[in-house]
Amino acid sequence: MSKRAKLPVWADVALIPLINVTLAFLAAGVVVALIGENPLAAVEVLIRGAFGYDEGVGYTLYYTTNFIFTGLAVAVAFHAGLFNIGGEGQAYIGGLGVGLVCLALDHLLPWWLLLPVAISAGMLFGAAWAFIPGYLQAYRGSHIVITTIMFNFIASALMVYLLVNVLIKPGQMAPETRDIADSASLPLMHELFAQFGIKITQTPLNLSIFVALLASFLVWVLIWRTRWGYAIRMIGHNESAAVYSGINPKKMVVVAMAISGSLAGLVAINEVMGAQGRIVLDFVAGSGFTGIAVALMGRNHPVGIILASLLFGALFQGGAELAFEFSSITRDLVVVIQGLVILFCGALAYMMRAPLERLFGLLTKSGETN
Amino acid sequence: MTVIQQQGQKGPVSHAIRLERINKSFGAVHANADVDLEVEAGEIHAIVGENGAGKSTLMSILYGFYSADSGRIYVADSEVQISDSKTAISLGIGMVHQHFMLVENFTVLENIVLGAEGSWSLSESLRSARKRLQEISDTYGLSVDLDTLTSELPVGLQQRVEILKALYRGARILILDEPTGVLTPQEVDQLFAILRTLREQGVSVLLITHKLQEVIAISDRVSVMRGGRMVDTVYTAQTNREELAELMVGRKVLLRVDKEPAKPAETLLSVNNITWRDDSGVPRLDDVSFELKAGEIVGIAGVSGNGQTELLRVLSGMLDIQQGSIEIDGIRVSQENQLTPKAVRHLGVGHVAEDRHRDGMVGAFEAQETAIMGFQDEPEFNSSGLLNQTAINRHCIELMQQFDVRPVAPTLKSAGFSGGNQQKLVIAREMAPKPKILLVGQPTRGVDIGAIEFIHQQIVALRDAGSAVLVVSVELEEILSLCDRILVMSEGRIVGDVAASETDARALGLMMSISRSGEQQEATE
Repeated sequence: MSKRAKLPVWADVALIPLINVTLAFLAAGVVVALIGENPLAAVEVLIRGAFGYDEGVGYTLYYTTNFIFTGLAVAVAFHAGLFNIGGEGQAYIGGLGVGLVCLALDHLLPWWLLLPVAISAGMLFGAAWAFIPGYLQAYRGSHIVITTIMFNFIASALMVYLLVNVLIKPGQMAPETRDIADSASLPLMHELFAQFGIKITQTPLNLSIFVALLASFLVWVLIWRTRWGYAIRMIGHNESAAVYSGINPKKMVVVAMAISGSLAGLVAINEVMGAQGRIVLDFVAGSGFTGIAVALMGRNHPVGIILASLLFGALFQGGAELAFEFSSITRDLVVVIQGLVILFCGALAYMMRAPLERLFGLLTKSGETN
Repeated sequence: MTVIQQQGQKGPVSHAIRLERINKSFGAVHANADVDLEVEAGEIHAIVGENGAGKSTLMSILYGFYSADSGRIYVADSEVQISDSKTAISLGIGMVHQHFMLVENFTVLENIVLGAEGSWSLSESLRSARKRLQEISDTYGLSVDLDTLTSELPVGLQQRVEILKALYRGARILILDEPTGVLTPQEVDQLFAILRTLREQGVSVLLITHKLQEVIAISDRVSVMRGGRMVDTVYTAQTNREELAELMVGRKVLLRVDKEPAKPAETLLSVNNITWRDDSGVPRLDDVSFELKAGEIVGIAGVSGNGQTELLRVLSGMLDIQQGSIEIDGIRVSQENQLTPKAVRHLGVGHVAEDRHRDGMVGAFEAQETAIMGFQDEPEFNSSGLLNQTAINRHCIELMQQFDVRPVAPTLKSAGFSGGNQQKLVIAREMAPKPKILLVGQPTRGVDIGAIEFIHQQIVALRDAGSAVLVVSVELEEILSLCDRILVMSEGRIVGDVAASETDARALGLMMSISRSGEQQEATE
C-alpha cells in the first residue's frame, strides 16, 4: 500500500519548488502550443531574454531587487500570522518618503551620504502606512487583509493627488516630480562597473540590489536570532502561549506590521532613488502583489525569497522578450504565463506534497524490505 | 493466556474482531510488532499502554487511517482489507476520536447526518434520519436534543453525539480514544452507563485509555501494549491497577506519592476576595480568598470549568485583576497595580500552564526555544541585542538532563516529543529558577505513568526546599496523594478547605457538587 513518509528537508525546500516550476512551465507550454507557437522555442527565448546577455541579466536583477523587498515584507508579517496584502501601497508611500528626502537634499549631499537618510525615510513612511492597519487589527479587530487592500487604494489616490497637484515639476504634462540630481541618485550598475574599467550595457539595475541582499540577511537575524523575532514567531504560532510568555500580542502585531511596511518601503530606494531618479506615477507596478507569491514560494525564508525573486525577475524580463519576439504572444499572454507560475508555486504549493510523500514512503519501504 | 484456554474449550469461537500478527513501521520505529488482538461481541475491551506503546497506531489500522505492513484483520470471522475509514464504517466499525469531529454551527441532527445523507434531498434525509435516530436512542438509551446547536452542548453531550453518529452509521464495534480525558466525573459515570447499555445490545467497545482506575471500573478484559507489542490480555476481574501498571511500564511503579508530612512556614501567597467576570458578565471567580504557605502543596479540586483556569490565569498575570487583590511574597497586586506575566515571574512565581498545547509550549518551536518561554528577555539568554544561541542551547540540555527529557535534542521541534517529555520540559523550565511559588495546572495531563511518578517527586522536592506549590488537577486521586491541603472549587467559589489526610474522593466529590443555590457549605462535615 502507498503510505506517506516524512519528506527529507532537501525534498521539502528544493525538490517540491522545482517540480512546481516545471509543472507551471508545462502548463504554460500547452497554452503556447494552443496558440500555434512552438513551446520549446518560447522557453528558449524566455530564458535567453532573462539570462542570455548582460542587458537581460541587468533587467532581471533589477526586477529581482523589488521582489526581494516586497517578499521580505510579506514574510515578516506572515511569521506573525498576518497576511499583509498592502506591500503595494506601503512601497508607494515609501516612495514619497524617499522622494521628498532626495528632492530636499539632493543639492546638498552626495548619494552615499543621502542613501542612509533616504533608506530611513523610505522605511519610516512604509512603516507608517502599515502601522495604521496593524493598529486597527490589534486594537480594533479590523481584519488586516481588508484594511491593507483598502490602504493600497488610499495610497494610490493620495499619490495621484500629490503628483498631479503638489509635487509635479512645473511646466509639464506628465505627473512626475523633477529629476533628482545625478550626484544624489544611486549609481546605476553600468556606471559602477565603468569605474573598474568593465563595460556593460546600461540597465536600471543599481546599487539597491546590495541593499536588498543586506536586508535579507538582517531579516534572517531579526526573525531567528532576536527577541523580537522570537516574539513575532510566537504570536504567529500561538497567541495564547505568547501571553503566557509575557509577550503583548497586540503590541507585537503593530511592530511586525511596521517592520513589514518598512521593508516594502525600500522598493522606493530601487525605483525612486535608483532606476527612475524621480517619483513617477505607479512606480511600484505590482511588485507588492508579486511579493506575496515570492514569500509563499520562498517559504518565508530570506534565502528562499532571494531565489524566488530571481525566478520572478527572470519571468518578468524574459516575458517581456517573449512578447517582443513572437507577434502572436502578446503582453497579456505573458501575464497568463506569470499567473500560471504563481498558481503552481504559490496557490498550489502543497499540491505535490502528498504524492511525493507517498513516493518517498514507497522508496523507503522497498529499501527496508530488500 | 486465559483467553487461549477459553478458546480451546469453546471450539470455533465467533469474534467481533480478530487481528493477527499486525506489523507497522514508521521509518525506523516499529510502532506495532506482531500484534494479536481478539475482541468478542458484546464486551468492553480496554487497551492500555503508555504514550507511544502503539495503541493509537493499532486503532488507526483498524479504522483504515493506516494500513498494516503485514498481518490479517478479521471482522466477524471473515478476513477483510480496510483501506480507508469508509470501508471500516461499512464493516460496522465506528470511532469516537479524542478531539471531536463535529461542526460547531450545525445542529446535532445535521452533524449526525453529515456525510451519510442517503438522499439527494436534504430535508428528506433529515426526516428519515430523525426517525432512525429515535429508534437508536430508544434502543441504547441515548438521548440528545437533535435540534440544538452542537456548540451549545456541554462536552459530555458532544461526545454522545459522536457515539450516535457512529451508531447511525451502523457501528457494531465502537472504538473510543481516550474518551474520559475531557469529561467531568459525573459525565464519566454517564458515559459508562451508555457503554454498559451498548454492551447489553451486543456492541463491542474498544476503549483506549491510560487511566487505570477507569479500566478497572468498566472493562471486561484488558489488553496491555508496551513498545509496540501486545504484552498480555487479561480478565479485568482477575487483575488490579498495580499489576496493570507494572505490565505497562515493565517495572514496579509507585502509584502513591512518597512524602513526609508538610511543614508549612510563612505565607507566600495570599488571595483576597478575588472576583473575575468574563465578557458576558458571568463571575468565573466569585470572592475567592485563600493563603498559600511556604513548604506546603495546596490542591484545587473541582470539576473542570469551575474557575480553576481563571484562577491560575489571574494569579500568573495572564488575566487582569478586576476586583480584590493578591499578595505575592509581600507585593500587593490589585486593579490599580496590575502585574504582567513577566513581572509576576520576576517575583519568583513559576507557572506550569494547565494546557501545554495552548499556553505552555509552541509545537513548531525547537525544544530550546520552548525551554526559554517567559525567560526570553533575561540577560543570561541575550547578548548585544541578539539571542545567545550557545547559552540557550546549554540551558536546554541542562534542563533535559535534570528532568530526564528524552531525547536530549534541543533543536528537535517541541511537537516531536511525546506528551510526557513535553510536560517534563515545561516543568523543568518553570522549576529551574527555583520559584518561591509554583502554580501547576494539570501536572500530569496526558503523561505516562513512569513520568507521573517522576513529576510528583519533583514537586514534592520543591516543597521540601521551602517553596509553596498550588496544584490544580481534575484527577482527584492525584490531588489526594500529592497535596497537603485541598481547596474545593465549585462555580467559581472556594466551597471547601480540608487537609488531604482527613478526606477522601467521596467527600471531595460531594463538596465539588455544591451548587450556588444549595448554599450548603459544610454539607459533608
